[in-house]
Amino acid sequence: MPKVKVPRKSTNVDMTAMCDVAFLLLTFFMLTTKFKADEPVVVQTPKSISEIKLPDNNIMSITITKDGRVYYGVDGKYNREKLLKKISDKYKIQFTEDETYAFSLTSAFGVPIQKLKLYLDLTPLERQNIQQPGIPIDSTNNELGDWIMQGRLANPQYSIAIRGDGDCPYPVIKKVIATLQAKNVNKFNLITNLEAKPKI
Amino acid sequence: MAELDTSQKGGGHKKGKKKTKKASTRVDLTPMVDLGFLLVTFFMLTTTFSKPQTMEINMPVKDPTEQGKGQDTKASQTVTIILGENNKVFWFKGLPDTANYSTTDYSAKGLRSILVDMNKTTKDLVCIIKPTDKSNYRNVVDALDEMSIIGIKRYALVSDFIPIETEKIKNL
Repeated sequence: MPKVKVPRKSTNVDMTAMCDVAFLLLTFFMLTTKFKADEPVVVQTPKSISEIKLPDNNIMSITITKDGRVYYGVDGKYNREKLLKKISDKYKIQFTEDETYAFSLTSAFGVPIQKLKLYLDLTPLERQNIQQPGIPIDSTNNELGDWIMQGRLANPQYSIAIRGDGDCPYPVIKKVIATLQAKNVNKFNLITNLEAKPKI
Repeated sequence: MAELDTSQKGGGHKKGKKKTKKASTRVDLTPMVDLGFLLVTFFMLTTTFSKPQTMEINMPVKDPTEQGKGQDTKASQTVTIILGENNKVFWFKGLPDTANYSTTDYSAKGLRSILVDMNKTTKDLVCIIKPTDKSNYRNVVDALDEMSIIGIKRYALVSDFIPIETEKIKNL
C-alpha cells in the first residue's frame, strides 16, 4: 500500500498577536490601578445596603478602632504639608523639613499633637510597629476638632468620611459626631461594606 | 506580522557579488508574552476596582441659641427605637411616659417587620433612633440601614435621653 504523505506543518505559532493583547491589557491595568493606601489599623466596617461610592480624592478620613482610638488622615501630599503648617502655627510647634516630608507621606495617624514630632522622627518601620494612642477627643482637650478645622482650611473641598469598626462603643462615635457638629460639619459619610438589599 | 519579508522577489543577485546569508528576523515572542501576562495578573490582583461604599448622613445644624428646641412631631406618628446593649432593641410608639415599651432585635423578623407594619399603617412616620452608651457602632449603622431598606424618609439620630426612658428600659 502506498503511504500517504502528510505534509508536516510547522508548530510555530505567531506570538505577536498574543503579545499585543497581553501588553494592551497590561497598559490598561497599569493605568487604572490605584494602590491601596496603607491603613495604620485594621478596621472591620459594618455592612449596609448603601451603594453610594466614596469619591476618589479630597477625603478627610476619621478612623475609629475597636477599642475607641481615633485616627485622622487627609489625602494629597500638598494638602498634608499645608495642614501641618497650619497646625504648627496654631500650636507653636516647629517642624523640620524632614518631619514635614514624613507627614506628607502619612496617610493616617493617631497621636496627640504634642507627640506628633516624636512620631514623625521615627523611621517608617518603627512607626508601623508602635501602638498609637489615638487623637484626644475629650471635651476639655479636643484635638480632633482642631485637625478637622485646620484640614478644612487647608482644603475646603474635603469631604469627611468616618471609618468605624463595627464593635466600637457608641460613646466614641457620639463624641466624634459632636466634634464634627461643633465645627459646623453636618454632612459626612460613614464607610460601610456592601451587603445585598433584602426583600421586604 | 512580526517577520519581515526576507525572500527576494525579482531582481536576483548579480554575477560576482558575494552571497550573504540572510538571518531570519523572526523573534520568538513567547517569553515576552509570558512576561506580559505575568504583569497583567499582578496588576489585576492588586487593583482595587471597588471603591468603598458610604452612607451619607445629614445632621441638623446645631444652633447654640436654640438649645433644646427641636422640631416637634406628632406623637401618633413617632416611633422611638432605643439601641441597647448586646444587640437588643427597645421601641415604643408615641410619648415616652405613656407608651408601651417592647423589646426586639436586629433580625428581619424583629425590627424590620415592626417598622414595615408601622410604616404601612402610619402616614408620615417619624423614626427617632436613640443609641445608648452601651450600644456599638454596628447597631447604629444597622438601625440607619433599616431606614433606607424600609424607606422611612424621616428619621433622626438622637443621643439625649430623658429619665423616664432610661427607667423604663431598665425594667425590660
